[in-house]
Amino acid sequence: MRTILVSRVLKKLVQLFTVATLTILSACSDGRSHATSVMLLLDTSGTYTNELEKAQSIINYILATLTSGDSFAVARIDSGSFSEKDIVAKITFDDRPSAANSQKRAFQAAINDMISAVKSSRYTDISGGMLQAVEFLEETGAGNRHIFVFSDMKEEIPEGHVRDFPINFSGVTVTALNVTKLRSDNVDPREYMDRLDDWSSRVQSNGGVWRVVNDLERVEGLLQGGAK
Amino acid sequence: MSFSELMSIWWPEQSGVSVLIWCLIIILLMWMARTPAHKTIRSFSLVIRNAMRMASHSVTALEKRLMERNREVLLTAGMQETERYIEREFQRVEDVVTRDLSGYPSLQRDLKEQIIRIDEDYRESSEVPPVPKNYIDAIEAVNKINSNGDSMVANVLKAIHATMKRNCEKETAEYRRASKQRHKLLKTMMPYWRNLSKTLESVEKKIVGLEDRSKVIDSQIEKYEQIMAKTNLAERILTSSSITQFFTSALVLIVALLGAYVNFQLIALPMSEMVGGASRLGPMRASDVAALVLVFFEIVLGLFLMEAFQITRLFPIISALNDKLRRNMAIAAFVLLFIFASVESSLAYMRDLLAADREALTQSLAGVAVAAPEFRWITTVGQMVMGFILPFALMLVAIPLESFVHSLRTVIGMVGVFMLQVLAFIIRQIGSLSSNIGYVLLNIYDLIIFIPLKLEEMLSRTKQKPEPEKTDVEMTPVES
Repeated sequence: MRTILVSRVLKKLVQLFTVATLTILSACSDGRSHATSVMLLLDTSGTYTNELEKAQSIINYILATLTSGDSFAVARIDSGSFSEKDIVAKITFDDRPSAANSQKRAFQAAINDMISAVKSSRYTDISGGMLQAVEFLEETGAGNRHIFVFSDMKEEIPEGHVRDFPINFSGVTVTALNVTKLRSDNVDPREYMDRLDDWSSRVQSNGGVWRVVNDLERVEGLLQGGAK
Repeated sequence: MSFSELMSIWWPEQSGVSVLIWCLIIILLMWMARTPAHKTIRSFSLVIRNAMRMASHSVTALEKRLMERNREVLLTAGMQETERYIEREFQRVEDVVTRDLSGYPSLQRDLKEQIIRIDEDYRESSEVPPVPKNYIDAIEAVNKINSNGDSMVANVLKAIHATMKRNCEKETAEYRRASKQRHKLLKTMMPYWRNLSKTLESVEKKIVGLEDRSKVIDSQIEKYEQIMAKTNLAERILTSSSITQFFTSALVLIVALLGAYVNFQLIALPMSEMVGGASRLGPMRASDVAALVLVFFEIVLGLFLMEAFQITRLFPIISALNDKLRRNMAIAAFVLLFIFASVESSLAYMRDLLAADREALTQSLAGVAVAAPEFRWITTVGQMVMGFILPFALMLVAIPLESFVHSLRTVIGMVGVFMLQVLAFIIRQIGSLSSNIGYVLLNIYDLIIFIPLKLEEMLSRTKQKPEPEKTDVEMTPVES
């Protein structure tokens, strides 16, 4: 009698938890990755290297915002950017928050080292960097994908390099940061407008979302919104 | 053919005339079809009205059945509640009788012994010492006798006086000693009196306590009788009590939910250290789900603990278990709850460490010098204590939950009755509205064909054959 009663109680318990778990699982699964992956491209061409210190605060902000399971990479834009060698640091943060914090510290140190020792390049292969970034984001399989380009967006490709083909930006938000005005832009501001319009149409026509953020004091919500 | 073409079919050039011709045709046709049209409108509105009336009756009958059912449920619940109350009161009376009045024989023996001692002392003290003789007058009388100068007589008188005086003093001393002895005996009686008084006072308190309990039982029995008799008063009291319980328990449950949320927040972050912060279960992080499960599990354990103590009776199976099994179950639930509380406490500690690490990282990323805040140990200890206490506090949620579940049944029943009442009212209104619309339609119909009707009436008058208007008399507006 006692055994029957106890088994009934246990059976009820198991039923209760099974139903609760199944309800939660069925109600909540939407099959989409909630991880975020970010690639930051740093323009190291010409005089833009002077602007790189500003990029540090952006990198620190992104590091503080990303959590366990998210991925982050920083790459240089130089004469030929579609190369693994241009990736300064990349990481996927550990599941454990404490380990992720340690990784962030190491990442920050690596970036500081790079910025202090950066050499300016002759050309600016932004398309190569974008291609590299799209590949990296695809590999991570994250649901939220962001490319931040810290550049004046003036592309100069060495002779022989082919970059005039469409890049698949589907599901990627491309944000141009600190797009500085060049001397020639001051002479004819239409150049600046055209430059941004070109990139905007190039990104949007290939399925991406294009944003420009020049005020680096207002970077809150940089990783929110964008392409889905 | 379009509508405008159709309208101008009779006279294409003069569309107005064509429309007029159409109107005349329609009026003529309507006048010819007046009687069947009236019958159709009347019967249609009557059908709707009757259907609505029937539906209203059905809903009212359902409402009555539901009310009856609610009443039964309410009275049964009230009966069970009162039975439990009475049972508990009897249990208390039994406890008092077993605990206090079981020592009644020894108490009686004590009282008897004390009474015997007092009695003995009293008897001893009742022996009154002999009152000293009235020597004073005699001594004074002897003292006043004149010796008339005779020395011998004077000596005799002196000797008599001295003897009498000595005897007087001796007897007075004896009397004083006896009185002293008596007072001493009376004095020894005092503690016994006090003891006796105290014992009787304690007995009185117990008897008064029992008397109070019996009054409570009397009132509950009276309530029980009223419930058994299914009186309206009992129903009203139980309904009012149910509604009060519903709102009170809902309020407490909201507070408990907030407590559960605080508990969840306390362990969600460190849980990510245990189960990983990246894995997800749908839109929720696995660590959040794990923390929620832990909180819910603690609540469930608390429920079982309360059930095992028979404070609540949500699960009849647990109530039906024998005392030993329930006690074992209570011990098991308590041990598990204690373990969970300890785990939570340690998780709270880990949370504090993680928060500190995160803060340091944020400061480092912001380029600010990392500084350890003063008195951080206070928050650490506070979080740990909270982590340990909250599971036990959540355990108490079982009591309002039981009240909520029980009163919810009554409240849902009442809401159901109210909804049915509203539904019946709406259906009745629709029925009466359909009847009134029928009446209005008949009048509009007659208004449209008022010219042929008037002509018909004039013709009838000339023929002296008035025909009663059946339909107008029969169809009257209905009040809702």
